[in-house]
Amino acid sequence: MSIDIDTARKVAKLARIRVEEADLPALAGELSGILGFMEQLNEVDVDGVEPMTSVTPMRLRRRADVVTDGNIQAQILKNAPDAREGFFAVPKVVE
Amino acid sequence: MTHLNELTVAAARDALRKGEATAVDLTMACLTAMDAGDGLNAFVHKTPEIALDMARAADARIKAGDAPDMCGIPLGIKDLFCTKGVASQAASNILKGFKPEYESTVTSQLFNAGAVMLGKLNMDEFAMGSSNETSCYGNAINPWKVDDRSLTPGGSSGGSASAVAGDLCLAATGTDTGGSIRQPAAFTGIVGIKPTYGRVSRWGVVAFASSLDQAGPMTKTVRDAAIMLGAMSGFDPKDSTSAELAVPDFEAALSGDIRGQKIGIPREYRMDGMPAEIEALWANGTAMLKDAGAEIVDISLQHTKYALPAYYVIAPAEASSNLARYDGVRYGHRAKLAPGDGITEMYEKTRAEGFGPEVQRRIMIGTYVLSAGFYDAYYNRARKVRALIKQDFDQVFAAGVDAILTPATPSAAFGLGEMANADPIQMYLNDVFTVTVNLAGLPGIAVPVGLDAKGLPLGLQLIGKPWDEAGLLNHAYVLEAAAGFVAKPQKWW
Repeated sequence: MSIDIDTARKVAKLARIRVEEADLPALAGELSGILGFMEQLNEVDVDGVEPMTSVTPMRLRRRADVVTDGNIQAQILKNAPDAREGFFAVPKVVE
Repeated sequence: MTHLNELTVAAARDALRKGEATAVDLTMACLTAMDAGDGLNAFVHKTPEIALDMARAADARIKAGDAPDMCGIPLGIKDLFCTKGVASQAASNILKGFKPEYESTVTSQLFNAGAVMLGKLNMDEFAMGSSNETSCYGNAINPWKVDDRSLTPGGSSGGSASAVAGDLCLAATGTDTGGSIRQPAAFTGIVGIKPTYGRVSRWGVVAFASSLDQAGPMTKTVRDAAIMLGAMSGFDPKDSTSAELAVPDFEAALSGDIRGQKIGIPREYRMDGMPAEIEALWANGTAMLKDAGAEIVDISLQHTKYALPAYYVIAPAEASSNLARYDGVRYGHRAKLAPGDGITEMYEKTRAEGFGPEVQRRIMIGTYVLSAGFYDAYYNRARKVRALIKQDFDQVFAAGVDAILTPATPSAAFGLGEMANADPIQMYLNDVFTVTVNLAGLPGIAVPVGLDAKGLPLGLQLIGKPWDEAGLLNHAYVLEAAAGFVAKPQKWW
């Protein structure tokens, strides 16, 4: 499966990574190379094999549905690039 | 005379308990070595004041007779571990300035046991790399040198490997998603163990591929690995995949007796084009275990060939999901926006500026294999192949094999920059002997066994049964003693 420039543009968009138009052909080539390497997986007979969901046979634990912490607004906001009035600030989302 | 920074963890522990040295002495010796070791670019955030405070506290505990094994032992901490109030940026510009408000479970456990943090260690960005060349801090450098080239310490835990091999610290934490503890350990002539998936808590460790990531110790000896792994292990309610199992006394398991144990030699690991030196090393290691009384058996792990391609679907898929959180809103870097830019431009510019090329590549591969229409063809197929790879190991262990011996890496350390123009897949081949272990969730350890013709260290890997780190460490202990690897890099830095 080879990736064309349109697909590379779409993947970059889905990944929310800005890629300049001029860089798309190189990106498409690189991604195609890696996917070509993965094509080997098609040689394996996987009929009737369940996809692995957990490497150790275990059920995910569930904890009680209770509040375990809180009142740490200052800590939560401490590393924010832009925090105002107790909130994370972002560019305008709704017109 | 041995300088204090050159001690093993075990020797330092014993010296501290006998009152022959203090934790402050040990820490001062390491801080001096750390500052003199800037040429290795291993330590990227130094914390000398924290270290001395911790050392003084450790001395008080030792005096009071309340000293666990790791008490007063100076360590380097990989930059992937969140350490409270101390820069923790996974060697990425996207986490520039990030100082966590919390402490990872592993570092909490080590510090509660009295261990001393000297600083944070270099690594590949988000642990994605095999040469420490994707770091935002620049390359870490291998203390081993045989000509005018600077060599890679391996990756992703390259700074950890370099710092331990160069005696800048007594031991270090590492993490291993596809070989990131074992490959750098092999490249620098030290010991590194990746425990069974679930043995060590992942909480507070920056996530790369959550179903594969495990932290472990990187040390000068197998005994040190046993001591430090004990302090890092254990059930943690904050990690939903942490195993609710008791932690055995790993050091007490080092009996040195492996008579009657069955060691499997997997024929599929004899790769085409394998260097003769690696083949000879493997044969020597096999002979050493046989001489120690182990029974050597040929085994087959028939899906080995498909481990790398499966890994390079699964790991980027998980990474693309885990790294979605770096969006410039809650922490780290945010791009400067142009007039009229909205939130999508903020995400796209932030991530383009903050992530390096290898991380971007893996996020995009992961995005592609999870996207509508390709999920079954790539991601689900890879997870099925992963199940088959694990089944190969299950069958071998069910047939009575106690441990498996393989090479750790396909070569000795290579020169920094030598792979710059290579296809990314050439770099991925570094993990060929180690990724299977992550895919199957097994414990694996790299042990230094010899030097190549140029004088660079080479290691072998032992793979153990799930949760049998104790047995695995004992096998490694026997191999280490038989190999008698004592070479050290000549100090040039």
